[in-house]
Amino acid sequence: MMRGYAGRLLDVDLSSGSISETRVPEEDLKNYVGGRGLAAKIAWDRLGAEWETVDPFSPENILLVLTGPLTGYYPGSKTCVSGKSPQSNGLVGSTVAGEFGVDLKCAGYDGIVVTGRAEKPCYLFICDNHVEIKDASQVWGAAARETLRFLVRKTREDVSRIRPRYGEAKEPSILYIGPAGENRSRIAAVMSKYSHAAGYGGYGGVMGSKNLKAIVAKGFGPLPDVYDDEKMLRLARRFAEDCLENTWFRRWGTGGGGYSFGAETSSEPVRNWQTEWHNKRSYRREEFDKYWVKKNWGDFGCAMTCLKLAVIRKGRFRGAVCDNPDYELEAYVGTNLGIFNPEHNIYVSYVVNELGLCGIQGGAVLGFAAELHQRKILSKKDLNGVELKWGDPRGFAALAEKTAFRQGIGDVLAEGVYRAAVKLGEKKKRNLLKYAVQEKGMAIGAHGVRSGRDYISSRIAYACSVQAGDHTSPASPMRKGDRGELSSILPDSGVYCMFAAFGPTDSEILEFYEAVTGWRMTLREWYGEKALRILQLQRAMLLLGGPDFKWRPGVDDDNPPRFWEPLPSGPFKGRRLSRRRFEKERLEYFKAVGWDEKGVPKPRTLRRLGLTDVEAKLRRAGLVT
Amino acid sequence: MDSVDRVWISRRYEHCSGCRRCEIACSLQHEGKIWPEASRIRVFMLIPGIEIPHLCFQCEDYPCVEACPAGALTVNSQTGAVEVDSSKCTGCGLCVNTCPGRVPHLHPERNTIVICNLCGGDPACVKECVKGRWNALELVPAGSVASRKPLAKTPEELTRETALKILGKEVLKEALG
Repeated sequence: MMRGYAGRLLDVDLSSGSISETRVPEEDLKNYVGGRGLAAKIAWDRLGAEWETVDPFSPENILLVLTGPLTGYYPGSKTCVSGKSPQSNGLVGSTVAGEFGVDLKCAGYDGIVVTGRAEKPCYLFICDNHVEIKDASQVWGAAARETLRFLVRKTREDVSRIRPRYGEAKEPSILYIGPAGENRSRIAAVMSKYSHAAGYGGYGGVMGSKNLKAIVAKGFGPLPDVYDDEKMLRLARRFAEDCLENTWFRRWGTGGGGYSFGAETSSEPVRNWQTEWHNKRSYRREEFDKYWVKKNWGDFGCAMTCLKLAVIRKGRFRGAVCDNPDYELEAYVGTNLGIFNPEHNIYVSYVVNELGLCGIQGGAVLGFAAELHQRKILSKKDLNGVELKWGDPRGFAALAEKTAFRQGIGDVLAEGVYRAAVKLGEKKKRNLLKYAVQEKGMAIGAHGVRSGRDYISSRIAYACSVQAGDHTSPASPMRKGDRGELSSILPDSGVYCMFAAFGPTDSEILEFYEAVTGWRMTLREWYGEKALRILQLQRAMLLLGGPDFKWRPGVDDDNPPRFWEPLPSGPFKGRRLSRRRFEKERLEYFKAVGWDEKGVPKPRTLRRLGLTDVEAKLRRAGLVT
Repeated sequence: MDSVDRVWISRRYEHCSGCRRCEIACSLQHEGKIWPEASRIRVFMLIPGIEIPHLCFQCEDYPCVEACPAGALTVNSQTGAVEVDSSKCTGCGLCVNTCPGRVPHLHPERNTIVICNLCGGDPACVKECVKGRWNALELVPAGSVASRKPLAKTPEELTRETALKILGKEVLKEALG
C-alpha cells in the first residue's frame, strides 16, 4: 500500500470535458518523487516526442498541478505548477504556498493534469470525488478580490449542497489567474490568496490559454496514511522547532532584505539593474513596519510564518493589501522601478497581484520599458501616453494594467522582457537585448551575482540553471560537496517550502521522506541518480525549446549582457565578472552533471540513467551527434 | 456556576497567522491523523489574511445541548465542555442550527457531530499556538470571561468584525461583498 501519496492523479481534458483518474506507476513515484520531478517525467512522456513544436499556449500543452509526498506533513507546504513554459520553452517547476496541495491530497489526489482548451471560461471544482468543470464567465476579466469573493461564496454553496447537514465547511483552497493570465501574458502567475504566486514559468498564461480561470479544491478526508507515524511526527516537530527558533526570519521574513541586498551586498536590481546598490534609508525594514498588520502570517502547517500582511489604511493608496512585500517584490516593483518608498512599493505590489502578473517578470518588464524611455528609445507616445518616471508608482501601475490586458504597448510587454526586447528591437532597429536582464526568456530573480556578496553568488547561477532565471534553483560549479542546482530539486519535488527548511540537512529530509513513504532513499541515490535524472530531462526540454525560440547550447548559457558590465556604484563599484572564470566554472559544472563542453547531456550519461529515449530525441534534434 | 479550575480558550483573531497548526494538533489528538476537516478547531479564511480559528465557545446556557433531540450532548461537569456521545448522535444537525456560532460540524466520514471537548482541560491546539508564540489562542480561567455566549458568532460574522479592524470598510466590501 502506498504511503504519503493519495495514489492517483486527476486527468482533465477541457476540450472534451472528460475527467478521469490516472494511477502513477510506483516506480515513477520512486524515481521522480512528485512536484517538479514528476512534472518533468509526465511532461516528457506526454509531450517529449513533439516538444519543439508544442506551443505552450496551445491546447496540446499540459498544465500540471502537483503535490509531493512531503506536502502537508512537512511544517511548510507548497503546490507545484508546471508544464511547457511560455517563457523558457522548457519545463519549470514553479511552486506556490498555500493550502491547495493539502486540500487536494485530502480530496484524494496527488495532482491534476489539465489538457485541451475549454470552449468558454471555466473553473475546475474538486470536492473529494465530485469533480466538475464549471462556468467562470461571471468572473472572466475579474481581478483577485472579485475572483476570490465569487469562488469562495459559490464553492461554499456547492459544498453545502453536496454535504447538506455538515454544518459550516471551510472555504476551498483556490488557484486562479488574473486578467494577465486570461490574456495569455507570458508573465502571468498562477495565484493563490492575494499575493501568493507561482510566478516563474508563466503558467498563468497557460491556464488562460485553456480558458481555465481557477481550480478550487476542497478535501474532506485526512492526509494519506504515512509509513511511520511516530517517526514522521518526531522529525516534523524537530523541523518545526528549527523554524520557531529562527527569530530573525520569523520577525522579518524575506522582506527584511529590501534595504540590505542593496546597501550591504550590492545585489539588488535598481532602475532595471543599471546599478545594484542603493542606501536609501527610507527603504529600511523598519519603515515597512508602519504598514505591517502586527501578526506573523503563514500557510498550512508552517512553523516559520515568515510572511507579513501589509495594509494601507489611508491616503491616496488606501485599500492596497499585500504581503510585506516579500524581498522579490520589494526589489522588482520597488527599487527596480526607482521606488524607495514602502507605501508606493506596497501599492504597486498590490496592483500586479490583483492583475495576476508575476511580480518578478512584471517588475522586470516595467523597469525595462522605463529604461528605454529614459534612453529616449520609447517615447511617451510609444507608451500610449503613460507618464513613466522612475519612482512614480502611478505610471508603473498604469503600464502594468496595459500589460495585463495587452493594450497598446502592453501587448508587447506582456511577452516578457526577452521577447519584448526582440520585438521592440526589430521595430526600433536597435539591439535592445543589452537592456534585458533575463536568462533564456525569463527575467532573473532579484539577486545579482556581480558583487559576489549575495547568498546567490555563483557566476553561473542563472546561466546554467535548467529553470533559467529562477533564483530558487541556481546552478553552481559543485565543488567540495556542493550539490548545485540538484539541491533545489529536493524541496521542489518533495513539495515543501524552502523557507521553512533552513534547519534540516538533506539526510534528515530523506529520513523524513522514508518515514512518510516507507521508501528508503540514500543521498547517493538522490544526488547521483534521481535528482540528476530530473535535471537531464529538464535540460533536454530546455534545449529542445521552440516553437518561437531555441537556445543555443553553450552560447545562450550565458549571463545577460548587463552582468558583464562593471558595477557602476556603491562599495563594490568597478567589480566585474571574469569571463575566464565564468567559462571555467561553467565547464566544471557541465562535467559534473555529465554534459559535453556545450552543455548537451552526453549519451553515456543518459544511458546510465536509463534515459535512452531522451538520447534518441536529442539525436533526432541534432543536439547529440 | 463554573468551578474554579475550569478553563476557557480565548481567541484573538487578529493574531492568528493562519498556520493551522492547531488543526493538525487537534486532529492528531482526536483522530490520530492530520485531518483538517475533522479537527474540532478549524481556521476559516473567507478573506486571505483574515484567519478565524473557530471552535466551541461553551455558552453558559448550552443551547446545543438543549436542542439535541437524541440526548447525545452533555456538559462535562469537570471541564464545562460539551461532550458528544457518538452512539446516540443521529447527525440531524439541530445543534449546528441552534449554535449562535454555527460551530459544530459533522465528522467528515461518520454521521456524527464533533465538538471541542477541551482535551479534558489541556487543549492541544492552545499548546501549539502558544509554543509558536502566535498566542491567538490562550488558556484562561473560565471565570475570567464575563459572558461567553455573546462571543459566539459565525465564521462570517467574525471575519467581518476582524476584517473591519485590519483591512477597513472598503476592502471588506470588495473582499466579502
